[in-house]
Amino acid sequence: MDTFVQEVLEAYQRDKTRLMDILIDIQAQFGYIPPAVVGQIAEALQVSRVDVEQTLSFYHFFSTTPRGEYAIYLNNSVVANMMGRAKIAKTFEDELGCKFGEVTPDGKVGLFETACIGMSDQEPAALINGVVFPNLTPFRVREIVRDIKAGKSPEEMLTASYGDGQNSSPLIKAVVQNHIYKKGPVLSDDYQPGEALKKIVQMTPEAVIEEVKASNLRGRGGAGFPTGLKWEFCRKFPSKQRYIFCNADEGEPGTFKDRVILTERAQLLLEGMAIAGYAVGATQGILYVRYEYKYLQKHLEEMIRIGHEKGYLGQNIGGKEGFDFDVRIQFGAGAYVCGEESALIESAEGKRGEPRDRPPFPVEKGYLDQPTVVNNVETLCSVVKIILNGGSWYRSFGTEASTGTKVLSVSGDCRYPGIYEVEWGFSVNDILDMVGADVEDVQAVQVGGPSGACIGPDEFDRILCYADLATGGSMIIFNHRRDLLREVILNFTNFFIEESCGSCVPCRMLSVIMRDKLLKILNGHGVYQDLIDLEEWGKIMKANRCGLGQTAPRPILTSLKNFRHLYEERLQDKDFDSGFDLEAAIKDACEATQRTPHLHKPERQETAYENELVGAIGDLL
Amino acid sequence: MSVVKFIIDGVECIAEKGEYLLQAARQNGIYIPSLCHLEGYKPRGSCRICNVKVNGRLMTACTTPVADGMDIENDTPELRDIRTAILEILFVEGNHFCPACERSGNCELQAQIYRHQIMAPRFPFQFPDRDVDASHPNILKDYNRCILCKRCIRAIKDENGKSFFAFKKRSHKVEISMDPTMKENLTEELAQRAMEVCPVGALLRKEKGYDTPIGKRKYDKQPIGSEIETAK
Ligand SMILES: Cc1cc2nc3c(=O)[nH]c(=O)nc-3n(C[C@H](O)[C@H](O)[C@H](O)COP(=O)(O)O)c2cc1C
Ligand code: SF4
Ligand code: SF4
Ligand code: FES
Repeated sequence: MDTFVQEVLEAYQRDKTRLMDILIDIQAQFGYIPPAVVGQIAEALQVSRVDVEQTLSFYHFFSTTPRGEYAIYLNNSVVANMMGRAKIAKTFEDELGCKFGEVTPDGKVGLFETACIGMSDQEPAALINGVVFPNLTPFRVREIVRDIKAGKSPEEMLTASYGDGQNSSPLIKAVVQNHIYKKGPVLSDDYQPGEALKKIVQMTPEAVIEEVKASNLRGRGGAGFPTGLKWEFCRKFPSKQRYIFCNADEGEPGTFKDRVILTERAQLLLEGMAIAGYAVGATQGILYVRYEYKYLQKHLEEMIRIGHEKGYLGQNIGGKEGFDFDVRIQFGAGAYVCGEESALIESAEGKRGEPRDRPPFPVEKGYLDQPTVVNNVETLCSVVKIILNGGSWYRSFGTEASTGTKVLSVSGDCRYPGIYEVEWGFSVNDILDMVGADVEDVQAVQVGGPSGACIGPDEFDRILCYADLATGGSMIIFNHRRDLLREVILNFTNFFIEESCGSCVPCRMLSVIMRDKLLKILNGHGVYQDLIDLEEWGKIMKANRCGLGQTAPRPILTSLKNFRHLYEERLQDKDFDSGFDLEAAIKDACEATQRTPHLHKPERQETAYENELVGAIGDLL
Repeated sequence: MSVVKFIIDGVECIAEKGEYLLQAARQNGIYIPSLCHLEGYKPRGSCRICNVKVNGRLMTACTTPVADGMDIENDTPELRDIRTAILEILFVEGNHFCPACERSGNCELQAQIYRHQIMAPRFPFQFPDRDVDASHPNILKDYNRCILCKRCIRAIKDENGKSFFAFKKRSHKVEISMDPTMKENLTEELAQRAMEVCPVGALLRKEKGYDTPIGKRKYDKQPIGSEIETAK
């Protein structure tokens, strides 16, 4: 054990900013991070033990206790549940004889829940030692458990054909499908690697930025900041070193388009990063990929290697003296908040993924305190096409103010869940039509994931654009048989609760208090005042530091606004209910004592003896 | 050093450029409530009670440098409500039994609650199950009272800059943990300093808790912030 740990520590030069990589390698080797190793790491990095633990304990996929030879992580997202997760979970429990959150007594299998793993188009899905098992059925689960008992490796347990495109390349070998149903500039097949780089070396960095500005491209990660402007800020901030981050953390439930781009268009992305590097004057790029996509690691590494081989990465790119750019991959370890750009940077520095206070912004003071651009996968891919065809060409797509295309991840109740690259300006109705949803039967659409909005049919004529329905690309469709509050809103709220970094007071605690209030209503104890409380309390969440805490009340608030009747029909016709359920509270005690007190019985008749007693007391007074 | 002009609630103020809003306001006799802020250390806007509106946007005063021409709202009904709510959340999040706490009267949470005239929290008490760690010879850690302000993390380091305290886990499960191996190096002076930087009674010097009798403690005499406002 010691020598392995030493080797890992050496591989990262005992650099504490590489703590994530160190922990990932150790976790992969032992299935957990043994307490003795925590001390060893702390000593080697010359930090306190608690400093190692604060990073380690932050991430979902790290553990200080064994997670089993086979660590099964079953997705618990809304879409997974809609597609029959409950039966899958039960089958796993029954077949393995252990509950979620536990490891079998022989230490062989661990069963855990995990948030959306980016497979909403092929749920229910699980990760087993990093290998993706999509489209699970109870039958499939029994097969898997049988194979586990027979000692097969997760790779050997795959029974379906490998997926389409690069999914079946020897470096991925995944049974994941791309489900690309509509291509546009980003996903089109006519891409020739290196062409855009040839073009930019003839341009000044400023001219590259101008071209991107002229395209009106805005960030595709959700916040929609103008990309050219971001690059310009970074370029202008005085510094010797700058960094380009590609944000491939893709944690918003229901989003999976970056997974497909990483699979099919990794070269395009790397070229986009190199262009960004040239434009802002950065020589190092970091591709931050969520842990759930670790199955793409070898493929991505190979793409970087090919980039070097062909001269798209490395030194003097495109023959241009001094145009150096290299990319390293940084994996996360299970934390949605790390998608927030400053948390992403903290994480890549080996720390807890706690968002930073802003200002200063990453373009001034980012990775290792140097000016840093953080861009989404799709943003960087779009840039390549803009350079190739010009900003005004790009503006011919989409609407006046929202130019270009958006790659949508569509899932839920529709015929063809998958990837659709559409021009901005599509209405929700158009999209429902396109993806084969039964429009009459659609109860609601969640646009932009949990942090977006839950809208009903009266708003389906709204259009996707930055001025109306801005979106990072997730669209989840719910038909009329879905219990919107219990299946969707509660799940989303719980997601935000679990994923809070825990720093800001309202994000950490008020989200829990609001969830409990929602539960009170769902359990039939709600009164009208509870709705008012939820609306008022939701406003306090604006005081949080980052987008996670600020949008955490949105599932409740947007459903309260758009589906108020679902709340109102659950309310009682009275002014006050403490929400306390006496019967439930004493249930265990009653069972233990085999006695049940009279809780809600109609008023008891006094016995003759009591009547006599009262009379006697009356006589005395 | 250049001087910048800005406005807080209609009052013109001046400060040195780059100064954080919180201090800049205080230098101008305006108190912006704070909890996680600790003079002399890098701010970490985590409690959020110093939220003000800068040109209409919510920003934490402890982390935002002043700039020329900023128009700042501080004492408005909306901001008072946010601050009151945050204090109430902190109060129900932990187990704060003030009458039995050694820190009562010197506690900044209690003092803020008095300043904001909170009688009873609007939120339900959570009554969490939390530990007291009395294993250390110098210091007692009562996690029931911790408000997770990170002041101890930022302020208490050994001569090599190593931490004694750190966060553990995330979400509402986050806790403050004390390094088991570093504990031996926690001198009496550092323990004393830890108690001083902790705004509440979560870190206490053993056998020192009740040195000053109740009634004679800092906020027994005057409300928190009043020294800044009266200096005006
Ligand atoms: C909680 C949270 C999670 C986020 N997750 C992602 C993500 O997974 N991918 C992403 O590109 N942006 C994400 N963002 C947005 C980033 O902070 C940032 O705005 C974006 O990466 C910038 O790139 P862009 O300008 O190209 O969109 C997230 C933001 C928040 C607040
Ligand atoms: S809003 Fe939530 S996730 Fe964001 S920094 Fe604050 S506590 Fe962390
Ligand atoms: S122990 Fe005290 S100083 Fe440390 S985080 Fe808790 S309340 Fe703050
Ligand atoms: S004092 Fe500013 S956030 Fe706590």
